[in-house]
Amino acid sequence: MMTIDRLLEGLKQRDPRAIGRAITLVENGDESAQAILSALDEDLISQATILGITGPPGAGKSTLTNCIISELRQRKERIGIIAVDPSSPISGGAILGDRIRMMQHATDQDVVMRSMATRGRLGGLCATAGAAVRIMASCGCSTIIIETVGVGQSEMDIIRLADITLLVLAPGLGDDIQAMKAGLLEVADLMVVNKADCKGADILAMDLETVTRKGSDTPAQVSMTVATEGKGITELLSRIATIDSEHRDSGERERRRSGAHDQEVLDWCLEIMRPKLLAKITKKRLSLLGDPRLKAKEILKEK
Amino acid sequence: MPKDPKFTEWEENELAKSLNRFPERKAKFTNHGGEEIPRLSTPPSLDETYLDSQGFPGRYPYTRGVQPTMYRGRLWTMRQYAGFSTAAESNKRYRYLLEQGTTGLSVAFDLPTQIGYDSDDPMSIGEVGKVGVAIDSLADMETLFDQIPLGKVSTSMTINSPAAILLAMYVAVGEKQGVSPENIKGTIQNDILKEYVARGTYIFPPKPSLRLITNIFQWCGQKTPAFNTISISGYHIREAGSTAAQEVAFTLANGCTYVQTALDAGLELEVFARRLAFFFNASSDLLEEVAKFRAARRLWARLMKERFGAKNKASLMLRFHTQTAGNTLAAQQIDNNIVRVTIQALAAVLGGTQSLHTNSKDEAHSLPTEESVRTALRTQQILAHESGVADTIDPLAGSYYIESLTDKIERDALALIDKIEESGGVVKCIEEGFIQRQIENAAYQYQMEIERGERIIVGMNKFQIQEDKKPPLLRVAPEVENTQVAMLAELKNNRNNDQVTSLLTKLEIASQGSENLMPYIYDCVKEYATLGEICNVLRKVFGEYKDRG
Amino acid sequence: MGSTQKYRVLIGKPGLDGHDRGAKFIARALRDAGFEVVYTGIRRSPEEIAAAAVQEDVDAVGLSSLSGAHMRLFPAVVEALGKAGAPDIPVLGGGVIPEEDIVALKAAGIVEIFTPGTPIDTIISAYQNACKTKPSG
Repeated sequence: MMTIDRLLEGLKQRDPRAIGRAITLVENGDESAQAILSALDEDLISQATILGITGPPGAGKSTLTNCIISELRQRKERIGIIAVDPSSPISGGAILGDRIRMMQHATDQDVVMRSMATRGRLGGLCATAGAAVRIMASCGCSTIIIETVGVGQSEMDIIRLADITLLVLAPGLGDDIQAMKAGLLEVADLMVVNKADCKGADILAMDLETVTRKGSDTPAQVSMTVATEGKGITELLSRIATIDSEHRDSGERERRRSGAHDQEVLDWCLEIMRPKLLAKITKKRLSLLGDPRLKAKEILKEK
Repeated sequence: MPKDPKFTEWEENELAKSLNRFPERKAKFTNHGGEEIPRLSTPPSLDETYLDSQGFPGRYPYTRGVQPTMYRGRLWTMRQYAGFSTAAESNKRYRYLLEQGTTGLSVAFDLPTQIGYDSDDPMSIGEVGKVGVAIDSLADMETLFDQIPLGKVSTSMTINSPAAILLAMYVAVGEKQGVSPENIKGTIQNDILKEYVARGTYIFPPKPSLRLITNIFQWCGQKTPAFNTISISGYHIREAGSTAAQEVAFTLANGCTYVQTALDAGLELEVFARRLAFFFNASSDLLEEVAKFRAARRLWARLMKERFGAKNKASLMLRFHTQTAGNTLAAQQIDNNIVRVTIQALAAVLGGTQSLHTNSKDEAHSLPTEESVRTALRTQQILAHESGVADTIDPLAGSYYIESLTDKIERDALALIDKIEESGGVVKCIEEGFIQRQIENAAYQYQMEIERGERIIVGMNKFQIQEDKKPPLLRVAPEVENTQVAMLAELKNNRNNDQVTSLLTKLEIASQGSENLMPYIYDCVKEYATLGEICNVLRKVFGEYKDRG
Repeated sequence: MGSTQKYRVLIGKPGLDGHDRGAKFIARALRDAGFEVVYTGIRRSPEEIAAAAVQEDVDAVGLSSLSGAHMRLFPAVVEALGKAGAPDIPVLGGGVIPEEDIVALKAAGIVEIFTPGTPIDTIISAYQNACKTKPSG
């Protein structure tokens, strides 16, 4: 059993056990989580770069993430990774299968990885992932990668936690750009065509280049990679660094973080209020007649 | 009744040629009452449908068998997979099996050997000699075949990623015995594609692995023409949980990939294709298995002819080894496993296998004891000599069920093969996980049927008993690891280390190019470079493949 | 256990054995029973398994071995977990394991051993019990 103080001390020491335990406490909504989250190193959090990696299944995100980790480790960076996988809507369980592609880093103490399931939470997942990001940042991770499959709304929301978002696609996945969730294409700072050695890669890249980021004149940048062979990674990281630098200079980074922070606080409000409200509603034994929205307004008026 | 002229034509051609080469085992095959057992039963008159789909043994499309006389000419090879602990211990078991009547050897290697690690490698801890024999160098290989004449005995080696090295060692042992490489007979499994989806003893990624395989095809074509260069395997795919049709589909798709790769490397089809062999599973559904084997033969012949333009019989014939299904062996009431193995072996024989391994009853617990191995062997001998099924060819042909099931399995397998082709080929499908998912889903479904009691496994989810008696088990002593490590140290002291280093460097340079690596490997092996040393050179150049879940 | 709390389990295969059918089946069955399963695949060292288990803060670790190396590898995972600061994470194992080894394995700290033919419900219950007994916090 770890006391809060021991945990906080452990986080300072970058003890993997403490980090793992802290994230669990936050994920489970444990009360001690509060104490932990209040004591984190705010400076480190504000300095860390958070990279979001998303895309359809089969694009090679995990393999790409693995390459990025390897390269950043060569530069002696301490890295955090949060890999999000969907929970089964039927059983509530999940197979967290991203880590397997990154096991070469398992015993590297400077690679802090955590697999998370969506657990059917809406905003709740973002709140938890946000807290995990803060924990990782405050124990010294200078780059934190959030890897998620961009299909559901909750996975989409995760991306707003990121300073810079990569959308990873691959040719031949059967995903028409038109069919892609419009939100994804707009949110991405950088597009990556992985499996660039396969047929259709160039065409996919050209199609992507015509997509512009919402509210900007510059077309989205497309990087080509072959993650299974480690090709294109250096160039990709270089592009990321450029974008990061531009965002810091222009104030875009601050702006996004501010917006994300507000959203996160809202998510926590909802997380905290949800069980209380549900209890209230259930207690009322509402009849099926009448407009639900009106009933909601009534309930919210109550103290 | 007068014979159909087509029948007579077959008798006068393929059959006659075969009988000229060697006669049948008996002058006359008779039953208990002295009546003659017919060689081949057919409908009284043979129409196009019959000729196209079933035909004759030894004639395209080989549905009814690859040889005109099948077991009447020669029984299948009784080849019991064996090996454990040290080469000296395994050698004893091989000589025992040969005394007891096996007609071919089959070598099981331990996991470190299969994955290219020497016994003193940290990755090998706890694994040395456990699932097979530990071979670190040519010295171990010499011990393994001590007093076993390689000119007389054919040996099958279940080795994949480092197959080139073990093959080189085997040929070198033969040469030391005075047997010329041309007379070396046997098989290496050498089937890397199935490793990625079902067995897991891969080392290098697909591309360089395929290069090594084509190097072997080429080298053997010139140096060891009597040696089977590959045993394209469905056994493990089935063990991993696939259906019968998937077993056929993925195996033959892998086969087509090897053929295409060899052709792309400039090898001549009719030279290498004759030395391709296959390896299938014999599971418990007797009738489905028989249909499966017949479907596989027919489909392969058709694929080779239609997709690759093969013309020689030898290129069109699917010759295969079979092993009874390991995943059906129960840990409870193990004597029941003898019954299971008998049914499965019967399926293989009725299905026309060229060689057969029967599992022992205690293998859900550990490696088999001498006694249980003997029972497994006797099972084959009883089938061969007492059951009568070896005295007539393809006896289940013509059964409405068997023929329609043969057709169905062929159809389903071909549809899957086409789908793989459309999706970019086997290697792509492996990278995408398509094949793995197909197998996993089939495995999951099967297992859930058992869990729900919809599929009964006798003694396991029905007809259970309380068992107190513990079966005697074979244990591999942990000292084996120490013995091997000590021998390795001594080997490195006694060999010419400068020569070894120089040859390994030559190998490294050659691996970076596109030459055939077999001669380089052969040279390394003869100077007692270890398996691990050679594989580490190749790892450096080719990289390593990692599990992707 | 709160509604958003889940049991987390790591499933992996230490050593060189590559037969993952059983491990994959258990992973999937646990998922269907509501567990979150971190599947780490084949050819893992005890150290890798322990490091991953600690990072993921799992409630139990499940191992599989069909190559006879369990006597060496399973206790090595228990030891590695101890060294990584998580001696409280229970370890369960399955595979081709003779009865007589089970006593020794349990003495070495493995909580449960499943031999071939164990019904999946038994296995899931065992994992649920193991996860419950792990002290949290």
